[in-house]
Amino acid sequence: MSFSEQLSTLFAKYNVIDAFWTNVQLTFWAAIGAFVLGSILALMRISPVPSLRAAGTAYVHLVRNTPLTILMTLAILGVWTQFQLSLSSNFETNFFLYAIIVLAIYHAAFVCEAIRSGVNTVPTGQAEAARAIGLGFMPTARYVIFPQALRGSITPLGNTLIALAKNTTVATVASVAEASGMMKSMIEFNSDLVFMIFFVFAMGFVVIVVPIGLLTTWASRKLAVKR
Amino acid sequence: MFNNITSKIAKATSVAAVATLALTGCGSSTSADGDTIRIGIKYDQPGLGYQDGRDYTGFDTDVARYVANELGYDEDHIEWVESPSANRENMLKNGQVDMIFATYSISESRLKTVDFAGPYFTAGQDLLVQKDNTDITGPDTLDGKNLCSVTGSTSAKKVQDKYASSVQLVQQNSYSDCVVALNAGMVDAVTTDDIILAGLASTKANKGELKVVGNTFTEERYGVGLPKGTDKCEAINKAINKMVETGAWEEALTKNVGESGFKYNRELNPPKLDSACATAPAK
Repeated sequence: MSFSEQLSTLFAKYNVIDAFWTNVQLTFWAAIGAFVLGSILALMRISPVPSLRAAGTAYVHLVRNTPLTILMTLAILGVWTQFQLSLSSNFETNFFLYAIIVLAIYHAAFVCEAIRSGVNTVPTGQAEAARAIGLGFMPTARYVIFPQALRGSITPLGNTLIALAKNTTVATVASVAEASGMMKSMIEFNSDLVFMIFFVFAMGFVVIVVPIGLLTTWASRKLAVKR
Repeated sequence: MFNNITSKIAKATSVAAVATLALTGCGSSTSADGDTIRIGIKYDQPGLGYQDGRDYTGFDTDVARYVANELGYDEDHIEWVESPSANRENMLKNGQVDMIFATYSISESRLKTVDFAGPYFTAGQDLLVQKDNTDITGPDTLDGKNLCSVTGSTSAKKVQDKYASSVQLVQQNSYSDCVVALNAGMVDAVTTDDIILAGLASTKANKGELKVVGNTFTEERYGVGLPKGTDKCEAINKAINKMVETGAWEEALTKNVGESGFKYNRELNPPKLDSACATAPAK
């Protein structure tokens, strides 16, 4: 079979676009969740309250050092199967939500560290000046530190987003029908086209990931704080 | 051009795999000089191909042992190799195994890259439910129920498309994970080939808890996977016929999956083979 014949066989038999669209959706929602949770964690880790700092540090170390697959399996086999906690009576929605939550929890640890690295780019003088004009911790963080820190942490945040986009393939463990699960059935039932299958999926992820990389590189230049 | 590249990649992968084996000292490598025979099996399917400590148990391994014995290899000259579903064709193509007994259904697309002897068993898709369940009697009774299967298999999708459109599907990493969900009551049934389900229901942990419904709705002919262009079909088929005639085939089935009360499909089993390699199933 020629290159184009192989390609059209695969696309005719499997809904490749749909599968990748699931990955894109997972990336989008999990990125929002991870960003919110990660920002809160970063705030905790730079706060003046020792117990909050300790809790933030503990979270980051615990979650960052646990493989994502294990967290995903734990959520499905542990929380869903054993504790029988359903997030929706529709299975598809239920597993989709589980996958998003686990992805957000996991990547929040990385987002937190990315933001903290951005905080380190803000000179101490800024925080001291904010305190000198009478701002408390939250206003200082909100009006002075975070706006500069976020602009300084776009590159590491972009890296985390790229990792997240690729890690959405782990959602297959949580019974979400996404690209890597489809690849598994393709290999099982069209093993004669195995190299074409790898090619299709490699290209699929290139198409998703390269724009993220270009965008964050552009944004990090555009938004960098000139000092 | 494209083929040339693929064959190069295939060679490179097999070299890498052999190098890994050599480095880790895995297996009693007497290489492929005909002294030992390398047989690909599943390691994670209780009742069919299962690694139990240092032993290998299951119906697939018993048939493999019998066939290997008939071909002149005793137990000490068999090298067991794990062959997961997705790798089977490549392992045969690259010469990493000599034959495969791993719930390997004969299909048209697979016949493009490998040959099959047999079939040594004809299975069919079926359902596994809790012992006291009476309302699930077949695929068309699954509307509104929850059904589990393994990622990458199309068996659950088939049920949804053909029999019960409002069935909810869960895909897990392995059938044992499905059984966990079944035992916990989060799914109502697990679906795949009947003999695989019978193997799961026969394990110590599940004995007496689960049952196979026994209403098959597909036909899966398990063949012996062989490299394309093999000359071994006749000898292997003869060995399988002999196994059936001597009663060893029936005995192996009872021993491995009998605990579940499983009854195999008597219209399609046991096999009666001629000397030729298997051909694609009729559509």
